[in-house]
Amino acid sequence: MSKLFVARDSRVAARSLDGEMMIMSGRDSTLFTLNRTATLLWQAADGVTPLDEIVERRICVEFEVDPSVALQDAESLARELANHEILQVSKEPILQKSAGASR
Amino acid sequence: MTGLMQEMTAKALRLNVPLNVQLDLTYRCNERCVHCYLDHDDHGELTTVEIKRLLEEMADAGVFILTLSGGEIFMRKDLFEILAYARQLMFCVKLKTNGVMIREREARRLKDLGVESIQISVYSHRPEVHDAITLLPGSLKRSIDAVRFLASQGFKVVIANVLMTQNMQDYSGVRALAAELGVDCTLDPTVTPMMDGNRSPLRLGVDQSALRQVFRDEALVGDVEEFCAVPAAADENDMESLPCSAGHTACYVSPYGDVYPCVQFPLPTGNVRRQRFLDIWRHSDQMNEVRSIRLKDLTTCSHCTHVSACTRCPGLAFMEGNMRGPSSQDCEKSFARTGIESANMLAKRRAVPNLVQIRAVPAAAGAIA
Ligand code: SF4
Ligand code: SF4
Repeated sequence: MSKLFVARDSRVAARSLDGEMMIMSGRDSTLFTLNRTATLLWQAADGVTPLDEIVERRICVEFEVDPSVALQDAESLARELANHEILQVSKEPILQKSAGASR
Repeated sequence: MTGLMQEMTAKALRLNVPLNVQLDLTYRCNERCVHCYLDHDDHGELTTVEIKRLLEEMADAGVFILTLSGGEIFMRKDLFEILAYARQLMFCVKLKTNGVMIREREARRLKDLGVESIQISVYSHRPEVHDAITLLPGSLKRSIDAVRFLASQGFKVVIANVLMTQNMQDYSGVRALAAELGVDCTLDPTVTPMMDGNRSPLRLGVDQSALRQVFRDEALVGDVEEFCAVPAAADENDMESLPCSAGHTACYVSPYGDVYPCVQFPLPTGNVRRQRFLDIWRHSDQMNEVRSIRLKDLTTCSHCTHVSACTRCPGLAFMEGNMRGPSSQDCEKSFARTGIESANMLAKRRAVPNLVQIRAVPAAAGAIA
């Protein structure tokens, strides 16, 4: 399976509120909140770390889930977030200006 | 406010997080609006470095919505540097400006930076009225051009109109202009006192009959009957509720670093040059005093018919002398809506001494029989 890379979209606004990430889409100001898994994925989405590595190092460690199931879930989550222009997904590393680390 | 934003605001309230901050970058301005509440001299604004540090502290404190305002924000030469840094820290950035210095290039740069929305002040659709309020010839044209440049970049633009005697006849014209430009429009019938308490701008505010006209305009208020209905009696929940978001999930920082509960509530609570933003927010005695107030604690308002539906602004009440007292301007609005005098109005009427006192002269010996 080819690798996927994910990057935070630079046009969103985001803030963590007690561990729950609030994200406002830069396209239409729709507000989303991410659960803990999605928040981990979002925070690790630096454009250069492959998704499988993020899943293995961040998500599986935190939640003790089966890596292949977790990767499938993470892929569909990443694509869903990409539909809302919150995340960018690509088969190549994403080197363009990505959003700064959210606090 | 969307449902999710409401949920997040409730969570921020529980956690004592300042979700929403207005930061005025400067009080300098290229307009001289007749109703403005600011002194436009620079008394030592925060430097670029100080603002960046403050933004970091605010991000760490959980601030999500950052409204940058003034004065005129474009008077700051470092505006784009500040904006870029704010966006790097992932604030949802909203701007308030007169738009006079926004051309196509600025509109594009703002878009590239991911600014969320921009509010532009427009007081009339007629240059002779708008420019007579801003005291800057040609300002209406420039502000409208700015709205066009921004709208063409796909921005959410809001035209903000303050209602005064001078432009009372023009609010429909401003609304029509906003519709033609494809942007939203808000109308505020409240002229505020100056930050130092000087109440002279209030003479420009509209009177009862104008307020009544505005509150009965379906295009503005929707269902007039509902909007002007006599409010339901306040129940226990109402009396336990908070006056507004100031000091609870929102606050204001001046260009000199002073932190207030709200831009319209100039109660000094600390200064970010001397204290950490979060320490002021959490530990300032003044902020905590504001936070402790519930509707049941309000001296006059808690007995008022309007209390459950009143737009009472604690900041305006503070500027009248008592943050737990009534705000006369909101009394006027409640009266204009419903025709029912407020507790404050009734108390004032009772307090007016009779100017002519007629006393019975006791019958005295030798009086004419
Ligand atoms: S009611 Fe007054 S003090 Fe409260 S948020 Fe509104 S303007 Fe500020
Ligand atoms: S109408 Fe006046 S007295 Fe009554 S609640 Fe509002 S501000 Fe207070």
